[in-house]
Amino acid sequence: MLVVIVMVVFSIFFLVPKWAGVDIASSFVGKQADPAAVEGVREKLGLADPIYVQVWEFFKGLFAGRTYVGGGDVTHCSAPCFGYSFRSEQAVWPVLTDRFPVTLGLALGAAVLWLVIGVSAGVLSALKRGSLWDRSVMVVALSGVSLPIYFTALLSLSIFVFGLNWFDGQYTPLEDSFTGWFGGMILPWITLAFLYAAMYARITRATMLEVLGEDYIRTARAKGLKEQTVISKHAMRSTMTPILTMLGMDLGALIGGAILTETAFNLPGLGQAVLNAIRNQDLPIILGVTLITSLAVLIANLVVDVLYAVIDPRVRLS
Amino acid sequence: MTELSKSGAAVGEPTGASPAPTAFLEVRDLKVHFPTDDGLVKSVDGLSFQLEKGKTLGIVGESGSGKSVTSLGIMGLHTAGQYGKRKAQISGEIWLDGTELLSADPDDVRKLRGREMSMIFQDPLSALHPYYTIGQQIVEAYRIHHDVDKKTAKRRAVEMLDRVGIPQPDKRVDSHPHEFSGGMRHRAMIAMALVNNPELLIADEPTTALDVTVQAQILDLLRDLQKEFGSAIIVITHDLGVVAELADDILVMYGGRCVERGPAEKVFYEPRHPYTWGLLGSMPRLDREQQERLIPVKGSPPSLINIPSGCAFNPRCPYADLPKDNVTRTVRPELAEVGSRHWAACHLGKEQRERIWTEEIAPKL
Repeated sequence: MLVVIVMVVFSIFFLVPKWAGVDIASSFVGKQADPAAVEGVREKLGLADPIYVQVWEFFKGLFAGRTYVGGGDVTHCSAPCFGYSFRSEQAVWPVLTDRFPVTLGLALGAAVLWLVIGVSAGVLSALKRGSLWDRSVMVVALSGVSLPIYFTALLSLSIFVFGLNWFDGQYTPLEDSFTGWFGGMILPWITLAFLYAAMYARITRATMLEVLGEDYIRTARAKGLKEQTVISKHAMRSTMTPILTMLGMDLGALIGGAILTETAFNLPGLGQAVLNAIRNQDLPIILGVTLITSLAVLIANLVVDVLYAVIDPRVRLS
Repeated sequence: MTELSKSGAAVGEPTGASPAPTAFLEVRDLKVHFPTDDGLVKSVDGLSFQLEKGKTLGIVGESGSGKSVTSLGIMGLHTAGQYGKRKAQISGEIWLDGTELLSADPDDVRKLRGREMSMIFQDPLSALHPYYTIGQQIVEAYRIHHDVDKKTAKRRAVEMLDRVGIPQPDKRVDSHPHEFSGGMRHRAMIAMALVNNPELLIADEPTTALDVTVQAQILDLLRDLQKEFGSAIIVITHDLGVVAELADDILVMYGGRCVERGPAEKVFYEPRHPYTWGLLGSMPRLDREQQERLIPVKGSPPSLINIPSGCAFNPRCPYADLPKDNVTRTVRPELAEVGSRHWAACHLGKEQRERIWTEEIAPKL
């Protein structure tokens, strides 16, 4: 599965520049470079080789490291080698490992926040359908879904960082200071969670309303269960299923880099790295981040599938 | 609780509240109305009956005649957990073992649910929670009303599954509903409903969607369990065969009202309402030689928002024009005694109906 995904990602990355008529080697060297240097880079990066050779070289590099030779100089990239960025003169793997924790912290923290807020708001809305609370939550949720991150992010920056001076708007690594890290992450978390909490509130409300109409909820009441138990035990368990599916996909995608949030709050995560790489046409970095993203989505979905089987016994059979 | 004791103390007082009944279950003038955008749906519109312990009442009628709404009303499930929806309007009195349920504190009624009165729902596949094992669901039902640990409750669940005839109950107790066959799910549902030895058991379409052999087994089971526990049973069905098997009394519903009520053999052999005649005529019978095709009741069930004035059955009744002065279309007929413990609501004269039944209807069945 992973191999297939890597193949697909690769093919896209190697074929697209070819189709678009972009010569990667000359874009690395610069437009006015002499043809020999261009050929040297082309040889060093193996760009002249067929795709399957390039893929094989990349895979070999993951486990054995890789040495780029060509045009008279030698560049070594030790295992696991995710490629080497000649643009920024560094191996891709350390870039990924440096930036991954930042993105992971952002995604997980925001996920906790949006799950707690979104799901509880959705449940309450379902239980008080048509009430003032329900309507307000749905209006807020609608605005949360509609407002783009770059708007809410800049708005919160201008209010809480530049207006009220509550936060300094700087990122502090977790290993330096927990409180510093936490303080720096609060705004990004809230901004990201606002969008997702809105979506989760809507889906929770809809699912909960549907579940409350199920026959087995009536059965639970007919047993003499307290309404509180009917909701928290019988209805919630069924409501969790679609929420979990969404969570798997969203987390997977976010771990690949929340580009807008990271850029707005200047968080040195994968999203920011990939954006910079795109600006600089730094293909190896883009490739590395994309692979990590695919991997994250894959793993997140795997975890969801396993959790699914835990929640829904009917899945275990099939 | 104050409501409860007040109505309990109302016996003999001239407050307008009627005295507590002697019957185990007595329903008086029950009305269940649902406000909707299209108008008020009168699902049950003035229903009264009594039921003694150890007896079985069969409620029959077409879809939408108010059978299930009545049973949910007795269980108090129209008012439990109605979120934001427009509330059902319920009036009348439901007396269960000396307690009036409609005016009682909802939490007291909740405590009665599952213990004093319990219900077997139709379609157990959707009525059982798909994520919990059969055992977990029965254990839960038991532990709500009994302060026992999980082990004891599980032993009880296994015992109940055994009693309803599920093979290898100690293994099957850990199965999920989807791992059971349709008949087994029904048995599991019955086991769950009976786990607290309820005094009143309501079975809503207990055999629909089951094949005939399993149907017979389920009916046998209900009969045996009734003998054992002495519970009162209400069987709700549109299948007259089921009622013939089980019921001591039959109540025929049409358009949310009772059109005929009486002992089973009376309703089957001396029915006194044209709708009951129609039901009997549309029932396939194997015990008699069939001479003609089944006779369907013409037309379709009435809209519960716009119940026909007069007798609700008048648009479909072949005899609607017989009574004088168009009375079937203007005056709602009241239940009138047509025999011992046998009532029917019809404008036709008693003798007239006897004549139509014996001369026109009975020979064709």
